[in-house]
Amino acid sequence: MNATVASLTRRSLLGRRRTIVLLLLPLALLALCTLARILAGLDPNIARELDHTLAPNLLGAFGIAVLMPLLSLIAGTGSIGPEIDEGSIVYLLAKPLNRYSIVVTKLLVAVGVVVAFGVIPIAVAGVVLTGEVGAVTVGHMLGALAGGTAYAAVFLLLAVLTKNAVVLGLIYALIWESLVGGLVPGAQTLSVQQWSTAVVEKVLGTSAPALGVQSAVGFPLGITLLVVVTVAATAYAGRRLQTVRIGESD
Amino acid sequence: MSNVLLDQVSRWFGNVVAVNDVTMHLGPGVTGLLGPNGAGKSTLISMMAGFLAPSAGTVTLDGRPLHRDPEIYREVGLVPEREEMYDALSGWEFVLANAKLHLLPDADAAARRAIATVEMTDVQDRDIRTYSKGMRQRIKMATGIVHDPTVLLLDEPFNGMDPRQRLHLMDLLHQLGDEGRTILFSSHILEEVEQIAGRIEVMVAGRHAASGDFREIRRLMTQRPHQYTLHSSDDRALASAVIAEPSTSGVELVGDGRGGSAVQVAATDYAAFVHALPRVAARHGIRLFEVRPADESLESVFAYLVAR
Repeated sequence: MNATVASLTRRSLLGRRRTIVLLLLPLALLALCTLARILAGLDPNIARELDHTLAPNLLGAFGIAVLMPLLSLIAGTGSIGPEIDEGSIVYLLAKPLNRYSIVVTKLLVAVGVVVAFGVIPIAVAGVVLTGEVGAVTVGHMLGALAGGTAYAAVFLLLAVLTKNAVVLGLIYALIWESLVGGLVPGAQTLSVQQWSTAVVEKVLGTSAPALGVQSAVGFPLGITLLVVVTVAATAYAGRRLQTVRIGESD
Repeated sequence: MSNVLLDQVSRWFGNVVAVNDVTMHLGPGVTGLLGPNGAGKSTLISMMAGFLAPSAGTVTLDGRPLHRDPEIYREVGLVPEREEMYDALSGWEFVLANAKLHLLPDADAAARRAIATVEMTDVQDRDIRTYSKGMRQRIKMATGIVHDPTVLLLDEPFNGMDPRQRLHLMDLLHQLGDEGRTILFSSHILEEVEQIAGRIEVMVAGRHAASGDFREIRRLMTQRPHQYTLHSSDDRALASAVIAEPSTSGVELVGDGRGGSAVQVAATDYAAFVHALPRVAARHGIRLFEVRPADESLESVFAYLVAR
């Protein structure tokens, strides 16, 4: 952890325009949830629905499955990708700093952004929908935090490895997790989304089936994979940062 | 006093050999790394800066391998070629951040000193995005010297500078070299290099083509055989007359691609040759239509050094 690296990363990650883009997704989630809540006040049928599956559905389908991967993609790749593309990464690398500490610092900044623009809005949305800080809210908050961290680590590594990190990340999130994961059961085992859902399921405990929360992987496997992927991606990114080419490609 | 030693260094990327068996020693003073674009200068500097491992051979700083050892950056400073920095920061913030990244005990003082050295104190509080090319170059320079390095590597530092800025940087490099630091800068312009570098290393197509002070390099470059293509009223007669001159080493009659002929001459002493040519033509009653030096591009000049 290096405070100067963190501050440089934060300043380049939270430029004015990118902050606005980052705000759009959680605002959409909150707007949706607020709308659902208002409609529930008007219609007793929706109110009954809300008590049961609507809250976990919204938080899962929008929060965990859409908001977190997209947000982590922007934060994870944005925390190092532009510096590598521009070449300004050499100002960090030509310093007596451990490469792993540079990567870990950048990951922490990315996770900070994910918490601010994803995890906290999901928690607020949970409170808006359920009216309480209960298992549904806490579960989705923890699931989002665990998943967002793993996503950010993977996307950060992707940005170290390739200039096409954003496109590849989108393909992973949209094609693999949504499409292939929906059609091929085995593919769900290799899905950050399912691992996060395993965390949510664990917090909900016995009420999970009734709330329609079900992960393709069990909690022990899910949390293990989350930790392993986060650590491995970060370690490999640090390793890869030890070799870079400066200057125009000649 | 720091010495950088490259010993039989090669670096390839897939099938492309960027640096081919280079042995070079850099000691205190200013050394110019001269070569056309694509000669492998940046790859060489990347290796000396510890960012790349050589595919073969060793690169060491006072006996220590440079790759994968962040501690070397306490001694090595780098001024990259690319323009991009953290544009949203002011010059002061950026140089201060670099001082802090170097873990300097008094980052403020170091940043102030580096900015004063490059004469940017007046504009240090402006955002980098508002800087001119020359100002950017100087702020980059400040980040490279903020930790008082014993080795300073600069990749094409004169690119985009106006003559006044150029002179200022030349003075600065001189001064840093005179202080006993090991300075290496790359350039593709001979005039630029010979004005400051005590020593010049020439790279061509990945190879170490020549090495010496600027007088030696300039002599190598001007005394190589010069090629001329001549058109005249009687090419065959001209060819036989020209080969009789001591300043030439070869003559060939070739087609000119338009159905006619042309004379290609290799001149060993070009000053004597251009002096003699009109006299020879006049003496034999031959009219010269065209005298064209063949391919005087920098690449061909350098290529001669490699083939030598």
